[in-house]
Amino acid sequence: MNFESKLTKGEFCIPECIKCKKIVWPPSEFCNSCFGDVVLKEGPFMGKILEFSSQNQQNFCLVEFENTIRIMAKILKKPKLGQAVKISKCGISDGSYFFEVI
Amino acid sequence: MSKVGIIGYGITPFTKKDQKIESVLLDSARQLFRNNSQINREDVDAVLVSTNNNSKYLSPILSEMTGIQPKISHSVESLCNSGTNSIVSAYSYIASGLANMVLVTGAERYDSPGQILQWDNSRGEFKHPIFWASIFTKSYKREFSISDEQLAIVSVKNHKQAKENPNALSNKTYTVDDVMNSKKLTEDLRLLDCSRPCTGSASIIMASEEKAKQLTDEPIWITGIGQKTTSAGFTKNTSFSTMESTKLASQTALEMSKKNSKDIDVAEIHDAFSVCEPMALESMGFTAEGKGTDMVNELHSTNNFKINPRGGLIGTGHPLGATGIAQTIEIVQQLQSNAGKRQVDDPNVGLVHNMSAAATSSTVLVLEK
Ligand SMILES: [Zn+2]
Repeated sequence: MNFESKLTKGEFCIPECIKCKKIVWPPSEFCNSCFGDVVLKEGPFMGKILEFSSQNQQNFCLVEFENTIRIMAKILKKPKLGQAVKISKCGISDGSYFFEVI
Repeated sequence: MSKVGIIGYGITPFTKKDQKIESVLLDSARQLFRNNSQINREDVDAVLVSTNNNSKYLSPILSEMTGIQPKISHSVESLCNSGTNSIVSAYSYIASGLANMVLVTGAERYDSPGQILQWDNSRGEFKHPIFWASIFTKSYKREFSISDEQLAIVSVKNHKQAKENPNALSNKTYTVDDVMNSKKLTEDLRLLDCSRPCTGSASIIMASEEKAKQLTDEPIWITGIGQKTTSAGFTKNTSFSTMESTKLASQTALEMSKKNSKDIDVAEIHDAFSVCEPMALESMGFTAEGKGTDMVNELHSTNNFKINPRGGLIGTGHPLGATGIAQTIEIVQQLQSNAGKRQVDDPNVGLVHNMSAAATSSTVLVLEK
């Protein structure tokens, strides 16, 4: 199963190269370092908030996982820099990914 | 490598007009040929169109509408720095001898599809540029202890300068309070901190050294080119308070022209949002890290138009595919001492900084008399 079909089911996986073990992000069918095949590591994963802001009282933040992958996510409570978070909700809506962390 | 010069230009006012892309394109090209009747269109052997518009075959269409049958004709798209990318392509055609004279026309409509990079899913549902700009702004303010008021001066200065530019979208001036009280788009960004999409077009004609000297008394030479793409996705940026691609592109361009940032007399900087101007100034070595807003404040308080004389993207508007070409035209006018009330004192060396998608790709050009 590929990254997007997992994401559609609300599961956030981390794509990793079978050959060189490099994390492949954004998700792709091949490793961008050695063009090896990619497998999906299943979570949950702990991430770290790198930066944040808000719009109309809704907080959004930039989160890093495994020192490599970064995403923009919603967060309900006021975020803190360096805060450890995990993905509570994710999916694909109108072709766009969405993520929420707690 | 033989020299490549800019020998003529044409530009339209930047507006909110609902106009077909083909006619937007034609507007600045027609003006170029009207103002430069010495240029024989039969000698134009490449036509490049810079745009994010989805219409097809625009370069052959522009060629037909301007009565040109070029050897080479195609579009160039790279989001917001399509304009300077097309100038670099034109330069390469001329320097390689594949062409002697190239028309480069950029155009965009206010509703350009280039404003949102759909591919970048790492941004989640936060794909609009105001979200990366908010992260840049927050990060820059945090890193260097900068206030919203200090950043607001970028907008105040650039609107003031745009007022002297008859083609600018804005002709109003604003105070720091006006910027601070303008609509809050996010916690870290106000409406007046943002450049606005618009309809507009800009054209230049570039030529080999021999052709340029034949056709004009005051060619402007492109003496330095630097480009760097670090990624396509915003979240891959290594820093959110400096611009890596801009830093690398400017080093390459300055090295090629054998100049350093101190030699630059006038510069167009890609201020898509207020924070971009100090970040770019720092990344290109115009000032030390964290000191960009001090430089902006100093320029503003002394009424020095050295940075973004035409009003930047914030004051002039941002018709994506036309922006890099319009920036280049401004530097040409400045170096030819033809910039009216925006004129900087006797400049010899100018610089253009044009970038895309949260500084994931940058182009820097050095221009000289
Ligand atoms: Zn690999």
